[in-house]
Amino acid sequence: MKTKMRNTAAQNPSRRKFLKESVALMGGLVIGFYLPTQGGRAYAAEAPAKQVYPPDAFIHIAPDDSITIVVNKSEMGQGVYTSLPMLIAEELEADWSRISVVSAPVGAVYNHTGFGMQLTGGSSSIPSSWEQMRRVGASARILLVRAAAQQWGVPESECHAGNSRVIHAGSGREASYGALADAAAKLPLPNDVVLKSPKDFKIIGKPMKRLDTPAKINGTAQFGLDVYLPGILTVLVARSPVFGGKVKSFAATGARKLPGVQGVYQVPTGIAVAASGFWPAKTARDLLVIEWDEGPGAALTTTKMVAEYLALAGQPGLVARKGGDTVQGFRKAHKSVTAEYEVPYLAHAAMEPLNVVVDLKPDRCVIWTGTQMQTMDCAMAAKTAGLKPEQVQIHTTFLGGGFGRRANPRSDFVIEAVQVAMAVGKPVKVVWTREDDTRGGYYRPMWADHIEAGIAKDGKPLAWKHTIVGQSIVADTPFEGFMTHNGIDATSVEGASTLPYMIPNLQVELHSTKNAVPVQWWRSVGHSHTAFVVETMVDELAHLAGKDPVAYRMAMLPAASRYRGVLQLAADKAGWGRKKLPAGHAYGVAVHQSFNSYVAQIAEVSLDSGKIRVHRVVAAVDCGMIVNPDGIHQQIEGAIVFGLSAALHGAITLEKGRVMQSNFNDYPPLRYSEMPLVEVHIVASSEPPTGIGEPGTPPIAPAVANAVFRLTGKRMRRMPFDREKLV
Amino acid sequence: MITLNINGKTTGVDADPNTPLLWVLRDHLQMTGTKYGCGIAQCGACTVHLDGQAVRSCQTPVSMASGRQVTTIEGVAASALGKTVQAAWQEVDVPQCGYCQSGQIMSATALLMENPRPSEAQISAAMDGNLCRCGTYNRVRAAIQAASAQLASEQPGGAK
Repeated sequence: MKTKMRNTAAQNPSRRKFLKESVALMGGLVIGFYLPTQGGRAYAAEAPAKQVYPPDAFIHIAPDDSITIVVNKSEMGQGVYTSLPMLIAEELEADWSRISVVSAPVGAVYNHTGFGMQLTGGSSSIPSSWEQMRRVGASARILLVRAAAQQWGVPESECHAGNSRVIHAGSGREASYGALADAAAKLPLPNDVVLKSPKDFKIIGKPMKRLDTPAKINGTAQFGLDVYLPGILTVLVARSPVFGGKVKSFAATGARKLPGVQGVYQVPTGIAVAASGFWPAKTARDLLVIEWDEGPGAALTTTKMVAEYLALAGQPGLVARKGGDTVQGFRKAHKSVTAEYEVPYLAHAAMEPLNVVVDLKPDRCVIWTGTQMQTMDCAMAAKTAGLKPEQVQIHTTFLGGGFGRRANPRSDFVIEAVQVAMAVGKPVKVVWTREDDTRGGYYRPMWADHIEAGIAKDGKPLAWKHTIVGQSIVADTPFEGFMTHNGIDATSVEGASTLPYMIPNLQVELHSTKNAVPVQWWRSVGHSHTAFVVETMVDELAHLAGKDPVAYRMAMLPAASRYRGVLQLAADKAGWGRKKLPAGHAYGVAVHQSFNSYVAQIAEVSLDSGKIRVHRVVAAVDCGMIVNPDGIHQQIEGAIVFGLSAALHGAITLEKGRVMQSNFNDYPPLRYSEMPLVEVHIVASSEPPTGIGEPGTPPIAPAVANAVFRLTGKRMRRMPFDREKLV
Repeated sequence: MITLNINGKTTGVDADPNTPLLWVLRDHLQMTGTKYGCGIAQCGACTVHLDGQAVRSCQTPVSMASGRQVTTIEGVAASALGKTVQAAWQEVDVPQCGYCQSGQIMSATALLMENPRPSEAQISAAMDGNLCRCGTYNRVRAAIQAASAQLASEQPGGAK
């Protein structure tokens, strides 16, 4: 397959810096040689074709012909326990019905081909494994065929593989993979791997049922919270009500007396209560009396912060993109519009609250948790416990949702659990309550934006100036080295600096703020906010120009743009401009690229006593070649629900440093009664596959906002929309 | 000692009577299919059946379960209806992360037990207390409808 190298030379110095800083941070652990890249397309290029992965690291074939695939990505709902085995099975010529999956231990061979460490994120599992896993499968097949040919004394070229068997057509001889596996494993690794042409795919591109479904419908799937060890204690930690606060003093007399309580310990993050189970631990924790040294975090109040951010948004920031001359552009503009946007902090609120099991011994540390970032967690656990990384083992369980929260380069929940294990001296399961999880930080950053845009007499956009204000996610992490250039965190401006429309005078600026609230990637990262801002503003310009919103976007997109394909497909399928909607209903449209995939969405919306009701969403997606179409449908459906929850209801707010939300009653995700119909249409493509876990989230908020404008004449410029009074 | 009947088996547990049934199932009996999601009956991940009614086990003191039939996800397939629901879930391939699915299946089974042919609105009403952050709602809905159709086809005179 031909792949394009992108920015490779330019990125080398920062990549070296990334590796150096990661190594320093992780206490000397060498994390591999691959170079991190930003785009899925680049992963394929840089998963070096010459790199030979021993197939036995990924494929175990038993004498009974059952095949176990070791998956080096965390299964958090996105379907990697099905899609990665599909890539292997395609080239292995395996009997799909005999395939099962185990999660990989931590090891260099399981590193992400783009990031050089073991992690799951950035919608990159398929793009970064596309080449690698097919090679693994093909290598194993070659060895199995070679072993059979040698046993039979026939030329390899006369043998072929299919359905987990090797066949020599001339003599009619056949042997199963199970019978050949031992001999194949003794052969040297092949260096003559040729991959199938897509036209010969039998598994890739077909809708495959998820391999993890049976365990997930009978209660046997093991999540982190389901791990029990002999003698294990459940631990709840009382953490500071204010980010950055420390324990000044505490009294635990009542807590210690409760039946089932084994001990109360001060740990760096707060006061830990260890008990025989969750209920006594929780009941005892409620009895603690703690005085906190709250620190500067206690000054944080959302309304004040928003005012500060908006003031900054009016000031010049660091330039993230510049084309033409905006001052001149606005001078020539026929009409212009200025808008301010407010976007709140968001919690990930995965259904499974955070939890970690740690069994710590003097010479080893065994961890069970649902994590997206094994290498960092392993290194951080080792550093915390005073061990070497190779003395730390991580068992990755199923993740009850991740959405980015479980991919913390600071390893907050793992470090704390190791600290707790050191204090308690017994195997521990640290459990976060829903309230702990909601108030625990590592949020999608709060943002304020300012956009001024002007159009020419013919309606075409002439000038666009966008200023973004918010915290950098990668600041002070090992990712800063290669994701931040000239002070600009690429994740803060992505989607805004990558605006695809042809606007002759365009400038995007950034103010990176700092405060005590920990921030992190949240499904679709920067795009979760920029798509809302830019796609609603583009809609304003269409209105200002008196043009149809779809036609207006089309006219501004370059001819070969993949944005056009999804926009057209969504418009066709929704009957944009043709379909007669029920009275009181309106369509809104948005299109956005993230993780190298393109998604357009058209939302049909009405108002029900001032409440926004989304009836139907028509989505079109171009994510390159299709691996599992059913998986793509699931991810787009899910990403829309995730984005709609945030658009309509999601906000984490602070008063005097305290998080005002606690649980699903005051941080409400979308429910059945609010769920729209969702249609997903996939653009046929022969491009390499790109991300699918996240790109469905960004367009939904602007699509709904643009429909609300059509209904009410009111522009949604603050999220969530349920803050607005609508009639 | 509290005596419980769970999935047809009698078990004695030594727990404070105020302990939520959820934590007795999980911490005392290691029956981990029933999930903790919120602790305040807002998410439905902990749904079990008490004498055939869906209840949130996080808000059900274990003392209340004594002397009644408790059914959990581990035992739901013992009934023909439970089997039908699980088969529909498999057919539609509902789960993503899967964490909420035990609760979804228990709520759906209770719904179909009471109302084998629920309308769209009745499905929404019965399932509204079950959250899913992965967004499997439309697939759950499809699975409930598939199970309902299957039940109808099994009735004498049903569409075969």
